[in-house]
Amino acid sequence: MSGMRILIIEDDREAAGYLVKAFREAGHVADHAADGLDGYGKASEGGYDVLIVDRMLPKMDGLSLIGGLREQKIETPVLILSALGQVDDRVKGLRAGGDDYLAKPYAFSELLARVEALARRKSGASGDPTTLRVGGLELDRLGHKLTRNGKEIALQPREYRLLEYLMRHAGQVVTRTMLLENVWDYHFDPQTNVIDVHVSRLRGKIDKGYDTPMLHTVRGAGYMIRDSAR
Amino acid sequence: MTALGKLFRTTAFKLSIVYLVLFSIGAGVVMTWVGWNVRRLVDEQIGATVEAEINGLSEQYAQGGIRRLVDVVERRVRQPGASLYLVTNFQGQSIAGNIIALPPEVLRQPGVRETSYERMGEANVDRRALARIFVLPGGFRLLVGRDLEDRETLRRVMGGALLTSLFWLIVIGTLGGLFVARRVLNRVEGINDSARAIMQGDLAQRLPLAGANDELDRLAINLNAMLERIQELMTGVREVSDNIAHDLKTPLTRLRNRAEEALRTSGSTEDYRAALEKMIEESDQLIRIFNALLMIARLEAGAERGNLIVFDMAEAARDVADLYEPVAEDEGVDLTLEADEGCNVRGSRELIGQALANLIDNALKYGAPDMPGARSQVRIEVRRVGSGVEMSVADHGPGIAAEDRERVLGRFVRLEGARTRPGSGLGLSLAAAVARLHNGAIRIEDNQPGLRVVIAMPAAAGEAGAGPSK
Repeated sequence: MSGMRILIIEDDREAAGYLVKAFREAGHVADHAADGLDGYGKASEGGYDVLIVDRMLPKMDGLSLIGGLREQKIETPVLILSALGQVDDRVKGLRAGGDDYLAKPYAFSELLARVEALARRKSGASGDPTTLRVGGLELDRLGHKLTRNGKEIALQPREYRLLEYLMRHAGQVVTRTMLLENVWDYHFDPQTNVIDVHVSRLRGKIDKGYDTPMLHTVRGAGYMIRDSAR
Repeated sequence: MTALGKLFRTTAFKLSIVYLVLFSIGAGVVMTWVGWNVRRLVDEQIGATVEAEINGLSEQYAQGGIRRLVDVVERRVRQPGASLYLVTNFQGQSIAGNIIALPPEVLRQPGVRETSYERMGEANVDRRALARIFVLPGGFRLLVGRDLEDRETLRRVMGGALLTSLFWLIVIGTLGGLFVARRVLNRVEGINDSARAIMQGDLAQRLPLAGANDELDRLAINLNAMLERIQELMTGVREVSDNIAHDLKTPLTRLRNRAEEALRTSGSTEDYRAALEKMIEESDQLIRIFNALLMIARLEAGAERGNLIVFDMAEAARDVADLYEPVAEDEGVDLTLEADEGCNVRGSRELIGQALANLIDNALKYGAPDMPGARSQVRIEVRRVGSGVEMSVADHGPGIAAEDRERVLGRFVRLEGARTRPGSGLGLSLAAAVARLHNGAIRIEDNQPGLRVVIAMPAAAGEAGAGPSK
């Protein structure tokens, strides 16, 4: 996933400058708006793949901005950044029309992964395919059946959901928190490396005995399923 | 404002005055009514006496003529304290009796009337009497009356009593009003003093109670309960800031030291990279602690209460157990779950999940049996107990000594032996805060051997009827 257009609406210039630079380095185009009104104007003109909106902004707060855009039928995916990381703040943010929520402070790799996932969701016009394919890996979502190179692999229900999420985001980095949120529906920090153990089990099932691994660990970020043979 | 001015302005004093005025009017009305009735009664009695005498005298006249009547009258007049008598001839001249002067028109009309007169032996002393004039056959007139001195005395006494009692009523009422006002004012002043002390920062102050269990006491009790809650919250805030000072500065110092050390000693890019990675790790740990602290503070302040839903605790426990099961297996721990059905609670699945995750995490870290070769077992149970639901995590590790069980729930408390392991000392505090948010409690028990941590909370109303069925 490359070449996204991202609008960062954030009043902290230093933080915004850092983000713009980091997104450029990741191969995307990033613009910056320093207050809510400016951001609202730029976002209304459209042309962005993802908006990153700080919750607390001068002139117009983040949630009102999102509400305004949604009222105008501008459905650009929005990721809310907030210093408030509690459950009800998250719920409020998503209810206001946000698509994802990330509490400050965050790792850039986490933000990047989430933004890319949002942009993919937008461009993913294919809808909800009944079969997910990555290389030789084929997940039949109707029959709940996984095969690699035609050979069936048995999965536990949780492993199935984990793999399904990874395959839907094939080629993209998926972070541990994204997995925890989307597969287990938890937003807390489980302290131990629970996700790593789940992933390594899954890896044991789908990659064991094959020369080319499908499930990769992305250092300092998370995991990615990709067809490395290509 | 002067002290007296303050006194007069109290509600109690104003109410006393209003009562006093109303009471005085009431007393006046009652006394006047009683006086009027007494007077009427006296008049009636006088009338009856006079009537009886006239009847007697007219009988004497009928039997013995005027001579006999005069005889009788003269005899009666001589008795002390007698009634008034006067017998006149048709010309109006006195024949017998003890009245020496009378307004002349009185005798002309028979009947009952009040009149002035002068008594024999007391000339020129004007007195009043109630008299009845009776015309006898032959033109003679007979007057029989009673002096009204007694009645006038009674009237004066009654009037005096009314005035005196009104006077005392006002004196006692005013003094009583002042007394009551002073008492109330003193107590209100006491409350005000305490309130001022509290506002100036002495949060441990409480409003004084008089012990009378009256409305002021009840008000004070409620306000005290409110102050208690405020103090709790303030203490919580203070604890958090103390904790931040103690336990966040340490890792911050470490972080800073690492940066300085990297600047001072290393030379290669590899060294810098390693140092920076270490620092990111360190700051992640700091953020984690910070988040946990904020979370606890928010839970204890009663925030996060907005998104409570009814869910099955057993289901939630199964999800968390499922999350931890591979980790447990990797570490050679048997993680088992046993749950009753119908364990619905009203709460936050997320928070309950987090609390349980903390408990399981603790059990995995510290719950290994002392005996070498023994396999670790962590057992999660969700049970219906009475009208509540209990979720417990039990291990066979070293457990926690009875005297430490309360302390270990505090923030940043890490027992000896745990300090060498990673952790912040916030896991149990968070679980306890989650339990409290759900109107529940956390219990730390002996698992004989090992540790059993129980989160008990009320079952969701309505759904409680499902009952346990295994």
